[in-house]
Amino acid sequence: MTDSKYFTTTKKGEIFELKAELNSDKKEKKKEAVKKVIASMTVGKDVSALFPDVVNCMQTDNLELKKLVYLYLMNYAKSQPDMAIMAVNTFVKDCEDPNPLIRALAVRTMGCIRVDKITEYLCEPLRKCLKDEDPYVRKTAAVCVAKLHDINAQLVEDQGFLDTLKDLISDSNPMVVANAVAALSEIAESHPSSNLLDLNPQSINKLLTALNECTEWGQIFILDCLANYMPKDDREAQSICERVTPRLSHANSAVVLSAVKVLMKFMEMLSKDLDYYGTLLKKLAPPLVTLLSAEPELQYVALRNINLIVQKRPEILKHEMKVFFVKYNDPIYVKLEKLDIMIRLASQANIAQVLAELKEYATEVDVDFVRKAVRAIGRCAIKVEQSAERCVSTLLDLIQTKVNYVVQEAIVVIKDIFRKYPNKYESVIATLCENLDSLDEPEARAAMIWIVGEYAERIDNADELLESFLEGFHDESTQVQLQLLTAIVKLFLKKPTETQELVQQVLSLATQDSDNPDLRDRGYIYWRLLSTDPVAAKEVVLAEKPLISEETDLIEPTLLDELICYIGTLASVYHKPPSAFVEGSRGVLHKGLPPRTGSIEGPESPDTAPSGEPAADQPSVIPTQGDLLGDLLNLDLGPPVTGPPMATSTVPMGAVDLLGGGLDSLVRPSSRLRSDVGGSPAIGGSGSFTAAPSSTAPTNVGAPLGSGLGDLFDLTAGVGTLSGSYVAPKTVWLPAMKAKGLEISGTFSRQVGSISMDLVLTNKALQVMSDFAIQFNRNSFGLAPAAPLQVHAPLAPNQSVEISLPLNTVGSVMKMDPLNNLQVAVKNNIDVFYFSTLYPLHILFVEDGKMERQMFLATWKDIPNENETQFQIKDCSLNADAVSSKLQGSNIFTIAKRNVEGQDMLYQSLKLTNGIWVLAELRIQPSNPSFMLSLKCRAPEVSQYIYQAYETILKN
Amino acid sequence: MIGGLFIYNHKGEVLISRVYRDDIGRNAVDAFRVNVIHARQQVRSPVTNIARTSFFHVKRSNIWLAAVTKQNVNAAMVFEFLYKMCDVMTAYFGKISEENIKNNFVLIYELLDEILDFGYPQNSETGALKTFITQQGIKSQTKEEQSQITSQVTGQIGWRREGIKYRRNELFLDVLESVNLLMSPQGQVLSAHVSGRVVMKSYLSGMPECKFGMNDKIVIEKQGKGTADETGKSGKQSIAIDDCTFHQCVRLSKFDSERSISFIPPDGEFELMRYRTTKDIILPFRVIPLVREVGRTKLEVKVVIKSNFKPSLLAQKIEVRIPTPLNTSGVQVICMKGKAKYKASENAIVWKIKRMAGMKESQISAEIELLPTNDKKKWARPPISMNFEVPFAPSGLKVQSRVDVRGTHPMPWREEDEKGTGAADTVSSPSGWSESCTEKPGGDIGRCHLGRQDDRRGWPGGHEHT
Repeated sequence: MTDSKYFTTTKKGEIFELKAELNSDKKEKKKEAVKKVIASMTVGKDVSALFPDVVNCMQTDNLELKKLVYLYLMNYAKSQPDMAIMAVNTFVKDCEDPNPLIRALAVRTMGCIRVDKITEYLCEPLRKCLKDEDPYVRKTAAVCVAKLHDINAQLVEDQGFLDTLKDLISDSNPMVVANAVAALSEIAESHPSSNLLDLNPQSINKLLTALNECTEWGQIFILDCLANYMPKDDREAQSICERVTPRLSHANSAVVLSAVKVLMKFMEMLSKDLDYYGTLLKKLAPPLVTLLSAEPELQYVALRNINLIVQKRPEILKHEMKVFFVKYNDPIYVKLEKLDIMIRLASQANIAQVLAELKEYATEVDVDFVRKAVRAIGRCAIKVEQSAERCVSTLLDLIQTKVNYVVQEAIVVIKDIFRKYPNKYESVIATLCENLDSLDEPEARAAMIWIVGEYAERIDNADELLESFLEGFHDESTQVQLQLLTAIVKLFLKKPTETQELVQQVLSLATQDSDNPDLRDRGYIYWRLLSTDPVAAKEVVLAEKPLISEETDLIEPTLLDELICYIGTLASVYHKPPSAFVEGSRGVLHKGLPPRTGSIEGPESPDTAPSGEPAADQPSVIPTQGDLLGDLLNLDLGPPVTGPPMATSTVPMGAVDLLGGGLDSLVRPSSRLRSDVGGSPAIGGSGSFTAAPSSTAPTNVGAPLGSGLGDLFDLTAGVGTLSGSYVAPKTVWLPAMKAKGLEISGTFSRQVGSISMDLVLTNKALQVMSDFAIQFNRNSFGLAPAAPLQVHAPLAPNQSVEISLPLNTVGSVMKMDPLNNLQVAVKNNIDVFYFSTLYPLHILFVEDGKMERQMFLATWKDIPNENETQFQIKDCSLNADAVSSKLQGSNIFTIAKRNVEGQDMLYQSLKLTNGIWVLAELRIQPSNPSFMLSLKCRAPEVSQYIYQAYETILKN
Repeated sequence: MIGGLFIYNHKGEVLISRVYRDDIGRNAVDAFRVNVIHARQQVRSPVTNIARTSFFHVKRSNIWLAAVTKQNVNAAMVFEFLYKMCDVMTAYFGKISEENIKNNFVLIYELLDEILDFGYPQNSETGALKTFITQQGIKSQTKEEQSQITSQVTGQIGWRREGIKYRRNELFLDVLESVNLLMSPQGQVLSAHVSGRVVMKSYLSGMPECKFGMNDKIVIEKQGKGTADETGKSGKQSIAIDDCTFHQCVRLSKFDSERSISFIPPDGEFELMRYRTTKDIILPFRVIPLVREVGRTKLEVKVVIKSNFKPSLLAQKIEVRIPTPLNTSGVQVICMKGKAKYKASENAIVWKIKRMAGMKESQISAEIELLPTNDKKKWARPPISMNFEVPFAPSGLKVQSRVDVRGTHPMPWREEDEKGTGAADTVSSPSGWSESCTEKPGGDIGRCHLGRQDDRRGWPGGHEHT
């Protein structure tokens, strides 16, 4: 029989014909017609008009036909909810069928029909099926609970399905257990706080038993679930590890990787002195190597994961360098990943082999691969000091090949080598200069210019070389222009006599004829420096540069730890936390490695030591990086793909595949160190220079720019706050080092009923920032920006701008922990950055928060006593009246004042923006600086934060 | 979990589209076509993220299979599932081609409904599936049959159905080894490893309990010192296996604790295990290539192969594949033994020798005429590869199996002993080349063969053409 004919009908009146055929009396004809309908559906034709006719075919004994009708139903029920209800009876009936295959089919399909009315009817059959005598039905019903939960979570909870599902974990059939675990894990993920997957040693034991018996897929579900468990001590961790290790020999790579995940995670808890720890380390290497003989796609997943594992525990694979050597027929994505891992494993012991390989790769055919190989040689030089000389000579050999892109890539990495080992290899400069003419890529040109500028005093014709670049100054890319400017200034400072003309030329090109504010500003800085204080200029421009570090592309340790918890999953492939690419609440839950028990970890793995600690004045909330990425990605991407949105792009990786592009920059050898080649680091780092805002355009060129500029800065200084509730001083929320040079500090204020977020954005990078946008994550009180973030002009390097962002409280609400945590994402032309901050609750106290006295009394009595919380406010020397008026300024209203036994009792009320009333009793003893504060509220969880607000207001 | 599964033909037309999750819309189908299938560039990654939707794809001949998700799924599992999906389809209707998929689309939908529920892979063993997903519509099963099906699908031995009967119980074992060798242009072995597969064809009745043994060093050492002495005497009595993985029928916890391989096999052919060894690899052949460039339009190639095993043994079905440049216009070949032919469609000279004894040598020489081209793109110089069958395994692996059939036909502990053999190849001298071999010793019960391929370096360096 050939079904392909169903794909070929394209006649116009086909819907009518199909309708007739569907209503035919002949069974065969009916079936043929349904097949045609499904085929049309597959190729994307809209056949929803046939809904009633197809549903009529549902009542049949022919299972094949029934399945086809079900398939149709799943696709179109949502668009025809009223008609879909016609199908309910058949489903309910099928759930009672004596044949377990049909019962399961009915319950499976019903769960896929996302129509509320149908869902209601599903509950009873599902309940029965969950307790069905046949395991096939039970395992299907288990998954159905997850489906139902996806449609209507409340219903599932109300109907008690979750408990039934939990019971299935103890089912006698391993496949039922596995599906129940999968369903529970999925439901738990969307309710991070719920204690749904209440794993304890007993249930873990059940899972481990089922692990030995269920299908390969079931093993994956169970292992992934186990990885979320936190053993109570190292002994338990070890015993789980022991039972998981046999899985490392499974033929299914996913089982192996999930087992590796469990082991990597629980290993954290084992003491390194333990014999078992060493054994485990040894056991991990062979299966990881074996993954490399799997199919290429799996190899790719494995290699991305090995990349993480090698960063976390380099000792596991340190002797396995050879297996990462590239094979002739590896697909390019495997080759590139292998190369990356080779560099991570490179050490003094194996560097000779690695270099020999890399040299071989540099003569391959694929351009990307060759480039990466050349870059890798540079990274080896930086990583393994002893090999630097060999690397340099290898690079020189490669330059001799005169293959254009090889030469350019080599020059870029040689520049990095100079930055690691200054004044050591300048003998090669002559060779580099020979290739000057063949450089046509901005990055290579910039690198070459940097080298010439840096070593200007030793290159006899440095001025000629730079002058030759200057001729086409305006055609160069910004990167090259900036570099050229800096290089010529360096040259001038080193050889002032002959090069005065040149430097004047470049300064005027940069300041007068350029539209690029970045370039102009740098030009002005140099100009001013040179004209006012050449000695200072020398100190700044020719300052000793910090050496670049060996590993610029290591994943940040906390992210690495998180990714280790996601081994095998997409997150580990993208090297991004799930929140970066998963929508909604799923995956918001952060995972982390368990703390090590037993011996304290010494500084054993210097390779992974954090390179820089965040500044200390951060808010204490851990910034949950990436929570918002979800929402913010939309800023960049617009609505999810419809049609060919970005197909015209010429850089497919970057534009179409946003994440892919991001990955590239992650794995790119030394992106960081190249990005700041743009200017001498001394300038980037010194805060004393503030560039002129770009609006002070070239009118006063040539004149010393001193006076005019100063005034402009004042604009940004103190825009005083009007009277209103207490405003805390600004604190740094986002340090520049975490946000590619963007520093954000700010505070919150409330004035006459409107809340605002007062921000200072400072550009501490060397590049102009523009296209700012801000977004908040959902938060406890629905705070949201009431207007877009308005930054009128692009923010030039070292410029600051002060912005007052009006807020409202109509955003979407999600309870945060702590309650007043606000996660913010700021986007600019460079990237998206995240931070979180705590806002003081008193910005939410509304102006009409004064309660009637009678009302107050009644409410006070009405709120149960267990909702009352008491706090002590220490060291406050104000008297009752002062307190009262101070609080009133922040919308805490005193309703009554009594004097009881020498103590002043203040009764106060306040109302939050979301309508929650808080009643307070403040007891003040004249001689005692400690006040007693009792708070009563129907939502007692806010009390803690109200108390903090009191403290803040009273003490400032 | 997997949100949807699409199958496309080479033009990007959808052949199968099955959506499991509400978050995957119809536009996902187009997104993949536009951004991956129709992308101008070569595919750079098997995982693509387009507008926050992730696509996993594999390609089988002209057919694209793509799994789609918006969640943080287990990526390894998705690929394993796609491979499995291919296996299942192949088992049902043969080669995966547009024609076959269109002809069987109803069946494929039925399979997809069964093996993937809400994006979670379910039992996908063809043995079990074939009991209740047939192309003939539903058979009216009896109640017993039905419950047998369900208990098998969900059971501990999901890969085998009950009640299989054969008049003759047979078991075949093939050992396929692939020797991977990497040599420096100076002829020094940089790395060599054997990756082997044990493929079993079982035609056994009932629920046979099988045990599989090999001359694994760890096991032999465990069994006592006596054997260890022998090892010293007769060379490679035992081999050190670096790592092995097993089909899901093998009881892994038992292997972990006792290092014994016991299982109830699926019916028919399956891959029982894979292993990898790196120590003491015997290379059955050496290949010595010589290439001379005569002007810009001519190449002279000479390849010598030397067999490197006992003269009493015989290698069979030797096939050497020598890649030629893409701009080859004509080839003249002279060989002392066997037959050689230039195959323009494959860009290679294929040299076949029926059999060759150990410690012998044979050679081929060829003159390759080249068309002058301006193509700047370099020729990738693929490696020479070689296939052959030899009556021993390069890794030294030897296998043994034991079957205990429970059920109707008791034939307890019948022992089948078989010698595994395999062959490998070597590469030597000025540049690295590669070859691969398959070996098959005769005998109907035990068969072994070895395949080998690869070593990536092809033509000697400095051979440039424009």
